[in-house]
Amino acid sequence: MLSLYARRRLINNFNLTISLLAMVFGLFWLVWILWTLVAQGFHVLSLTLFTQMTPPPGSNGGLLNAIAGSFVMTMIAALIGTPIGILAGTYLAEFGQRGWLAPTTRFVNDILLSAPSIVIGLFVYEIYVINVGHFSGWAGSLALALIVIPVVVRTTENMLRLVPNSLREAAAALGAPQWKVIMLVTLRASTTGILTGILLAVARISGETAPLLFTALNNQFWSSNMNQPMANLPVVIFQFAMSPYEDWQRLAWAGALLITFMVLALNILARIFFRQKAPSH
Amino acid sequence: MSKFFSDTRLKRQHLLDLAFLNITRFFAFLVFAILAGIVITLLIGSLPAIKTFGLKFLVSSEWNPVTDQFGALVPIAGTLATSFIALLIGIPVSFGIALFITEMSPRWLKRPLGIAVELLAGIPSIIYGMWGLFVFAPAFANVEPWLTEHLGNAALIGPLFQGPPMGIGMLTAGLILAIMVIPFIASVMRDVFEIVPPLLKESAYGLGATTWEVVWHVVLPYTKIGVVGAIMLGLGRALGETMAVTFVIGNAHELSASLLMPGNSISSALANEFTEAVGPLYTSALIELGLILFLITFIVLSLSKLLLIQLAKREGKQS
Amino acid sequence: MNDAVITNPKIILKDLNFHYGLFHALKSVNLSIPEKKVTAFIGPSGCGKSTLLRTFNRMYELYPKQVATGEIILDGENILDAQQDLNRLRAKVGMVFQKPTPFPMSIFDNITFGVKLYESLNKRDMADRVEWALRKAALWNEVKDKLKQNGNSLSGGQQQRLCIARAIAVRPEEVLLDEPASALDPISTAHIEELIHELKKDYTIIIVTHNMQQAARVSDYTAYMYLGELIEFGNTDMIFTTPKKTATEDYITGKFG
Repeated sequence: MLSLYARRRLINNFNLTISLLAMVFGLFWLVWILWTLVAQGFHVLSLTLFTQMTPPPGSNGGLLNAIAGSFVMTMIAALIGTPIGILAGTYLAEFGQRGWLAPTTRFVNDILLSAPSIVIGLFVYEIYVINVGHFSGWAGSLALALIVIPVVVRTTENMLRLVPNSLREAAAALGAPQWKVIMLVTLRASTTGILTGILLAVARISGETAPLLFTALNNQFWSSNMNQPMANLPVVIFQFAMSPYEDWQRLAWAGALLITFMVLALNILARIFFRQKAPSH
Repeated sequence: MSKFFSDTRLKRQHLLDLAFLNITRFFAFLVFAILAGIVITLLIGSLPAIKTFGLKFLVSSEWNPVTDQFGALVPIAGTLATSFIALLIGIPVSFGIALFITEMSPRWLKRPLGIAVELLAGIPSIIYGMWGLFVFAPAFANVEPWLTEHLGNAALIGPLFQGPPMGIGMLTAGLILAIMVIPFIASVMRDVFEIVPPLLKESAYGLGATTWEVVWHVVLPYTKIGVVGAIMLGLGRALGETMAVTFVIGNAHELSASLLMPGNSISSALANEFTEAVGPLYTSALIELGLILFLITFIVLSLSKLLLIQLAKREGKQS
Repeated sequence: MNDAVITNPKIILKDLNFHYGLFHALKSVNLSIPEKKVTAFIGPSGCGKSTLLRTFNRMYELYPKQVATGEIILDGENILDAQQDLNRLRAKVGMVFQKPTPFPMSIFDNITFGVKLYESLNKRDMADRVEWALRKAALWNEVKDKLKQNGNSLSGGQQQRLCIARAIAVRPEEVLLDEPASALDPISTAHIEELIHELKKDYTIIIVTHNMQQAARVSDYTAYMYLGELIEFGNTDMIFTTPKKTATEDYITGKFG
């Protein structure tokens, strides 16, 4: 029979070993995925990727229209979603102590934050695509904006709550009206945090595929018309990867590598950004 | 000390204050209205299907666009089963990872590991799906016969592991989902483990507790609200995930006891069929699927909120 | 209770009561605060001294469930009156807080923030005002070359003097100081105390402090509070040498508190 102490040590060592294995297990898959991505995608990367349109099967081409479409739709979605999110988040943080609207909205926002993105696509299809009669870049941007909003609402509220009340009081003590206190002092004090949130939201939507399937769909060609179906990287990757054509699959890998690189870069940027200014508050 | 307090200026400030309050309130209401809009729109869209099939929609496994007969049992079961598998594997592994990073890792490795986990949580899900289809499924097809051989005849769980080794199917989808949610759950768990006051841990160590005992008896009870939150976040992700599943689940509307068989999930049925659906009833049935998915996540989230409130309350009573 | 004879009261409190929800934080306080003098409020923590200070500019109204009743008469007007314009009131009453609260903007903009709210000055006058306020706060020499820098870049003591400069830049009539030196080192504290001496030439100053020596050093009048009640008020010398109430004496001599 083991002594109590020896048994405790045994349990401890056993469990800690398991935890080490869990770490290795988790990292193993993720390293494998990233390695596959680089191995499959890297040699396909070339200048033509950025200068030519998506090709029909069997011929050469690039991803220019998809990259441009993704860029445009992501930007527009961020432009629509950010102000809405900041204003709503401001209400929750600054006026949210009284009344029914703030707690309800806070709860609703949490739901939206983890709502399946494909349902968002379905929603935009039902209210927009059906009514105008065709898929379009606008519809895609709208769907992405609906994903941006809850992220920005959440970060804005959290960041404003981090602003010490004494700062609000100090501004109010000078006789500043509340809108000036908020616009010039509290929002300004949380600029870095909110910008970080926006960057993370952009990172998130730039990889979203599901909400674009029923909204922007895809376009074989260059399209600068937001009222037309619009090519975008995620859907192109989806269609090309699921296709039986090897040259399409190769392009899909290249696209996957690009998009992952993009998303990781945005995430790292957000992190650096936040770190730089964070200690001041 | 003359000061200029013009009444118009004061009055204008009050008007601006009121305007500002109402503008922000409007946008807060808009967020609320979006959710209401989603529910109502999906409800209207699925009315034809609800009228035609009623509650039978939930229990029927028939999905036949030719005869216009639709039932949601297969995708619902697929969504629940794959999410269950994902959590079954994801929770312990994430816990291990969080534990390793916060309690065991050498100091210089903590930050890189933490950042790595957080970055991996940001990788788009379509990448997981693609990797699953091209790399994982073919590899897993070699493992499946082994599973069938060793588990296929076991009591209770045996039927889950019988079937042809195709690589794709419910189990594969669940595994891919697990790999995908691990960084999510692990990064939140790590965050909450980090906020345990060092003094609390030190006092336990001071009594001669082992690392494991400190984690199990001090860290975990202290952070249980956050841990539940992390798990719920992972569950929400898994339930609604589309791309990681669509590639590998097999898209078959057939109910099968075996996890090795192809199946379907709500989100992948939508992704695959919605743009090609012809006929109002087909479309409506798909929209009803979307509604069901939304309601499932809604319920899971509400339950977790309630649980969190309950936990927080009990915490308050104790102290 | 009110033993000092105040001939030129700036503020008169009449039967002031304050509630945080159900908690009765100030109990029927009556008091006259003299003009262009320093009045200190002392007492153990929780005695209501900060609460009292926050009624003078109705700062408590930022939070729900906080109610003041009674009268606070400033220059003949009851500021608790519902008609009172809060922004105007607060512009007349400056306040400095326990911890420095520089706004997230440049030193220059910190000072002009309050001024711009109620005055339209040209560039030249504004620069003059900034210099005047910073000189008053004994900060000018330290920051005159870095007015464009962020207020957060200053040391703690400098930040607090910046906040004082910001408060007096709008030329208030009275200045409320809520334990202004409690987060500062001894040297910065000495700076602030000198400053208070300077400022009372022009302003009515009310200071809350838990540091009795500080109250004795800087104030002309002292009020001792306990459990929401005003126990004794009088000349600072008298309060610290020959208090009339034993409760005050016990606190001053350290038998209690």
